[in-house]
Amino acid sequence: MSRLRTFAAAASSVPITLFGLVLVTFLIGRVMPIDPIIAIVGDHAQNDVVEAARLQLGLDRPLAVQFWLYVKLLMQGDLGRSVMTSNPVTRDIAQYFPATIELATVAILIAVAIGIPLGVLAAVRRGSWVDHGVRVFCLAGHSIPIFLLALIGLLVFYATLGWTPGTGRSDVGLEGMVPDVTGFLTIDALLARDWESLRDACAHLVLPAGVLAYFSMAYIARMTRAFMLDALSGEFVITARAKGLSAARVIWRHAFPNIAVRLVTVLALTYAGLLEGAVVTETVFGWPGLGQYLTISLLNADMNAVLGATLVIGLSYLLLNLLADAAYRLLDPRVR
Amino acid sequence: MLVDIRNLSIAFPSATGPSLAVREVSLSLGAEKLGIVGESGSGKSLTARSLLRLLPDNATVTADRLEFAGIDVLGASERVLRGIRGKRAGLILQDPKFSLNPVMTAGAQIAEAFRAHRRAGRREAKAAAIDLLAQVQIRDPARVAGAYPHELSGGMGQRVMIAMMLAPDPELLIADEPTSALDATVQAEILRLMEDLVSRRGMALMLISHDLPLVSHFCDRVAVMYAGRIVETLAAGELARAEHPYTRGLLECLPTLTHDQARLPVMARDPAWLA
Repeated sequence: MSRLRTFAAAASSVPITLFGLVLVTFLIGRVMPIDPIIAIVGDHAQNDVVEAARLQLGLDRPLAVQFWLYVKLLMQGDLGRSVMTSNPVTRDIAQYFPATIELATVAILIAVAIGIPLGVLAAVRRGSWVDHGVRVFCLAGHSIPIFLLALIGLLVFYATLGWTPGTGRSDVGLEGMVPDVTGFLTIDALLARDWESLRDACAHLVLPAGVLAYFSMAYIARMTRAFMLDALSGEFVITARAKGLSAARVIWRHAFPNIAVRLVTVLALTYAGLLEGAVVTETVFGWPGLGQYLTISLLNADMNAVLGATLVIGLSYLLLNLLADAAYRLLDPRVR
Repeated sequence: MLVDIRNLSIAFPSATGPSLAVREVSLSLGAEKLGIVGESGSGKSLTARSLLRLLPDNATVTADRLEFAGIDVLGASERVLRGIRGKRAGLILQDPKFSLNPVMTAGAQIAEAFRAHRRAGRREAKAAAIDLLAQVQIRDPARVAGAYPHELSGGMGQRVMIAMMLAPDPELLIADEPTSALDATVQAEILRLMEDLVSRRGMALMLISHDLPLVSHFCDRVAVMYAGRIVETLAAGELARAEHPYTRGLLECLPTLTHDQARLPVMARDPAWLA
């Protein structure tokens, strides 16, 4: 019961944080020294045209009133209209965000599947060539700029070897072939039992997800190694070994569950970071994701789009945090 | 002879070359209760843990003989060692707050020890765990079996630790300062419990402590360690006949109710003891 209550307390902070986020992003958007009107009507518009547009967007009203109107619409799920695409921002996001989620999810899965075992291995074989090897591998993942990695990836695996398709989410010939149900190409193809589209969607995911995964993997492996070194030095590890347990059992059943909580924090933040839209990766791979949408909107002073995208990113951070919080309670009896 | 150690030395690398933490220790143990006393850093824990080869990775161990029940521990494979650890020799550590796994229930940790060395199903192991908890005189064993270490008191935790190490029915119990982290009243209870279990099961006991009167009261023989060496081994009843000045010094430092002393003497250490 008390477990539920503490979780409810954590959850109740979400709307407050979200309100703060809306306020700050809104103010930044309005205080910026660019005139969104010019972005719409162009440099050479007549004064009366500019004024008409200003009135139409409600930009002549006091800031507080503008904010109140924005929040009122927001409560109804209306993020306004994007100047650039002239669609409602919610529709744009529904179109762009799934691409980012798909990419980020595949990337984090690869990163976890490789990063955690590597980190554990490095900690167990501390100081050996394995440890040094993992360190160099991770250092490379951390320090090679991601655009360079992406370009090298394209050059090697697409242009030279031809193992992967090029940029974009799907081949031109297959575009729009599967009905749009969830927005995730892989899932939609699966639902439509269109195996060719599924294969194509997966093939397009491999390279960008791999590049993102390498970067995240480096961080996850490094943190896992540090946490494991700490756990392995615990007295309870001596107890476990004194019981005559196998090395694998001592590592995975005794030491590893003790780092789970800290690891969940790292994973949640890494995943949130990926959801934020890997702008550079999305740009290099022509991936129509939220990062690209946000960047283009920003460059075009499309404030409704920027605000909407920022809110969605903020919301995913908050939800992941909440999820991590719930996971702590499951994983560590001391937090309950 | 259950334990036979000849000229055991344990060294650690340091900036000025290898530094010896245990120097040429020889010691043997049959079905008896041996106490090892000494101050922090005298090498008593390392000596005991070397028997299970549970030393830090950077320790270098050399010995003419390091045998447990005729098995050469130094040359033994990891597989052979796992047949000794837990199964034939249990190790109880100082503070259950740190020595129990914080994210596993007490019952699961005991059941794991039970299953590690015999074929047993989950249900059988769980029943055995509750039975073992009853044997270490825990009143509500089913509840404690489902509790996590942070929900147990120090004394309860140490009982869980004892139950865990008794699960596979070992021949030797090594207790490394088992009561140092406990309150005085709980200390006595735990020691009595250990004494009872050890004598009932006919186990050998190696009790490591820095508490000389406690060890002499509890054990058959006492080995006194100083700076990595055993300086003296005595029958517990003959403590008064100790010859080494370090042992004598320790005994003189003890306050008594009968002899009125205004100030306790401070031991004068002779550098020659290190030689």
